[in-house]
Amino acid sequence: MEKRVLFRSTWLPWLLLAPQLLVISVFFFWPAAQALLQSFQVQDAFGLSRQWVGLANFETLFNDPGYLESFKTTALFSSLVAVLGISISLTLAVFADRIIKGALLYKTLLVVPYAVAPAVAGVLWVFMFSPSLGVVAYALGRVGLDWNHLLDSGDAMTLIVMAAVWKQISYNFLFFLAGLQSIPKSLIEAAAIDGARPWRRFWTIQFPLLSPTTFFLLVINMVYAFFDTFAIVDATTHGGPGQATSILVYKVYYDGFKAMDLGSSAAQSVVLMLIVIALTILQFRYIEKKVNY
Amino acid sequence: MVERSRLLKFIAHAVMLLGVLVVAFPLYLAFVASTHTAQDIVQAPMPLLPGSNFWDTYKAALLGREAGAGSTAPVARMMWVSLVTALVITVGKISISLLSAFAIVYFRFPLKNFFFWMIFITLMLPVEVRIGPTYQVVSDLGMLNSYAGLTIPLIASATATFLFRQFFLTVPDELVEAARMDGAGPMRFFFDILLPLSRTSIAALFVIQFIYGWNQYLWPLLATTTEDMYPVVIGIKRMIAGGDSQNEWNIVMATALLAMLPPALVVVLMQKWFVKGLVDTEK
Repeated sequence: MEKRVLFRSTWLPWLLLAPQLLVISVFFFWPAAQALLQSFQVQDAFGLSRQWVGLANFETLFNDPGYLESFKTTALFSSLVAVLGISISLTLAVFADRIIKGALLYKTLLVVPYAVAPAVAGVLWVFMFSPSLGVVAYALGRVGLDWNHLLDSGDAMTLIVMAAVWKQISYNFLFFLAGLQSIPKSLIEAAAIDGARPWRRFWTIQFPLLSPTTFFLLVINMVYAFFDTFAIVDATTHGGPGQATSILVYKVYYDGFKAMDLGSSAAQSVVLMLIVIALTILQFRYIEKKVNY
Repeated sequence: MVERSRLLKFIAHAVMLLGVLVVAFPLYLAFVASTHTAQDIVQAPMPLLPGSNFWDTYKAALLGREAGAGSTAPVARMMWVSLVTALVITVGKISISLLSAFAIVYFRFPLKNFFFWMIFITLMLPVEVRIGPTYQVVSDLGMLNSYAGLTIPLIASATATFLFRQFFLTVPDELVEAARMDGAGPMRFFFDILLPLSRTSIAALFVIQFIYGWNQYLWPLLATTTEDMYPVVIGIKRMIAGGDSQNEWNIVMATALLAMLPPALVVVLMQKWFVKGLVDTEK
């Protein structure tokens, strides 16, 4: 799409673009190129010389059981976050859609977690579940469930999933509510006249019509679980116990800044880059679909 | 809704109440903890009703303490750093995106599409995938522990550029013609006509980007090493050190609430813009 009427200037458009281009060249493209370059190199222990090693970093990476484990952890974590987050928010949105009185109050309260920083969300949850002083851990102990996310990897995974879902409910809820409200009332009424009860109407009308929203949220939640949850992990479990909650983003940070293994960290960056590209393409294909729909 | 069923209405309210309670419980607990002394909280189970230590806790948090297990820096300073950072990121992102969208939509120049795609591709390069080298660049430029280092690397924005581009394309061509006939140059047109027309988009983006900027974690974690440049989100993390019983949990929780207050206020008070911003930025 183009404008018919344009301004003419040989230098002004360049000047207007300059700030954005400067920032993305220096802080986006240059570092990304460096990451790509470093992933094919090995640096000696003192950082004095670099050697070209081809795909060796990637070979080491994919032969490292720890990295493969981290892949599995991430897959488990992000599917749990996406599925739980979406089903809880959908349930809430469906009922919120029925409510007339007090709807705004519920909505306002449900939206607040969006404003909470992931790191702060992590701190709140770790406080509730702290084995020695957490209220919820104490209550669980009283009913015979021993909770210790510092020792038990299942508990640790549960904790980061809960914190991540809690934070994401607001976002999903708003999109589902908007989706539900855009479904024409006449469809629902027609079904009701034909004798369909609410349960049936949900599965045969509302849920299918929401499928573009659901798919979109699935992608967004995956991206969220892959990238934005770094702070939650860093504030709660530090990737532990052992490597049990060391998701890919946490591992890049840990290997690059704590373990100082630059080659491996760069190779991991490149793998992550490929994942983002795949997810972005997925997201944009969905948008094309939405236009037809 | 179609039918009037008492039972359904009751279930709907029950489900919503349950949802709201679960969502609000961590926040309530944080508030309760912030009104007690550190000693009260360590004795499990901690009290579930607010105590009387509210002022002392918040005063200690905001002004800093003498000694403690983790960082004891004053939270008031951290809130200031967070505010400046969030505002610079928000205003920066919106300004440079407005300018580049204006250039892309209203001018014809060589390599226009190339630049457009270049901006587009930054969507696929979040901080997480270029974290090591970006740190290197910022450290080489001597920008660690400065506002410039905290903000400039995060300022580029493909989403905002897109949003403004989409909006500019819907602005009628007649406006440009009229402006030109009245002798207005491109910048005059930009400031006097385009900018006022973009007000709603700017407001919506402002809300989203402010929260984004305020809640940044990974980048400030790397770019700041001195206490006086910690944003509050990093500060709270640094307060937690050592074992559970050594942390001053009342102060940590007070800081958590202070840290979420500005973005929460923005979301609740500007709910209309917030929802618009969410929907717009995902298009």
